[in-house]
Amino acid sequence: MSLDLLRDLASWTCLLAGGGFCLVGGIGLLRMPDFYTRMHAASVTDTIGAGLVLLGLLFQAGFSLVGAKLLMVGLLIFFTSPTASHALARSALLHGLKPKLAPPEASSKP
Amino acid sequence: MIPHIATRKLSMLRSFSLFLCLFLCWLLLSGMPAPFLLSAGLGSALLVVWFARRIDIVDHEGHPIRLLWPALLSYWPWLLKEIVVSAWQVSRIVLDPKLPISPTLVRLRPSQTTDVGLVIHANSITLTPGTISVKVGREEFLVHALTREGAAGVQRGGEMDKRVSALEKWPEPVR
Amino acid sequence: MMFSAVAVALLVTTALALARAALGPTVFDRLQAANTIGTCTMLLLATLGFLGGRPEFLDLALVYGLLNVIGMVAVLKFFRHDRSAEADK
Repeated sequence: MSLDLLRDLASWTCLLAGGGFCLVGGIGLLRMPDFYTRMHAASVTDTIGAGLVLLGLLFQAGFSLVGAKLLMVGLLIFFTSPTASHALARSALLHGLKPKLAPPEASSKP
Repeated sequence: MIPHIATRKLSMLRSFSLFLCLFLCWLLLSGMPAPFLLSAGLGSALLVVWFARRIDIVDHEGHPIRLLWPALLSYWPWLLKEIVVSAWQVSRIVLDPKLPISPTLVRLRPSQTTDVGLVIHANSITLTPGTISVKVGREEFLVHALTREGAAGVQRGGEMDKRVSALEKWPEPVR
Repeated sequence: MMFSAVAVALLVTTALALARAALGPTVFDRLQAANTIGTCTMLLLATLGFLGGRPEFLDLALVYGLLNVIGMVAVLKFFRHDRSAEADK
């Protein structure tokens, strides 16, 4: 059945890309120089990594109860992860953790 | 502007829609239409609606069902596109051996008037990789951006600001 | 096959986040790492469900996600008036 093959192909592409983006987020978490920039790397894992992995699984599940649950997991991540990130960043700022900022405009050229 | 009777009717309608949403969630999560489970779900949903009415959170903030269609059809697709584009940019920065970042703090005066609109705006900023709303208030957001280019995209009258304001004012036509 | 590849990628991401949690240097770095580990675990649970042909694991993923965000906010509340978080900038 070629339709099944097509679906599997789409699903595998999404899963591989999702896993890759998760890895990139993890690498960024280690490479970035300070707390606030690390949060940006982590949000790659939280948004597109999670989204693509769940989309890949959704292709496998199709229109079923399992698919509906996958959508719920996705919605849960999409609603809670920015809230948690914001709470964390705000708390860090309130505790006086200063972000390392780039010099205003002088060294704009990389 | 709306008569008292109409407000009561609206509140009942809102409670009913909250009940439907809760019961639908129960059905999807249990997945077994046994009589006992169905009646337990019915009871739980009713109980939760009663609690929510008692602590007075069944309003346009606690259950913003009015925003469902415009959000689903117009705002979310745009936000998704935005997330994909900026996630790609952040990934390239992370994998670049030189790590070309220029972290910037910017202040933003949001144009939303309701709390729901402000929360949607702040959450959308945080959800897009490369920008995080650090401090959120009615007058001003403090946003941390990974690069100067990312910081330049966040401003009053920017694309996101306009779209959230349009979503918040729906179904009124904008300007 | 693909499911195992994703599971391995998620495990490596968890290991990287664990390294960040061990390195610190501030409490908030560790919390961010914990949050990332939570997201990865959620995805891993969902993937494992498909890998083993037991989609019931998705319920565990949902509950884990809820606990993750509640735990996060609870820890932040706990640190709110705590000076120990400020000691190491």
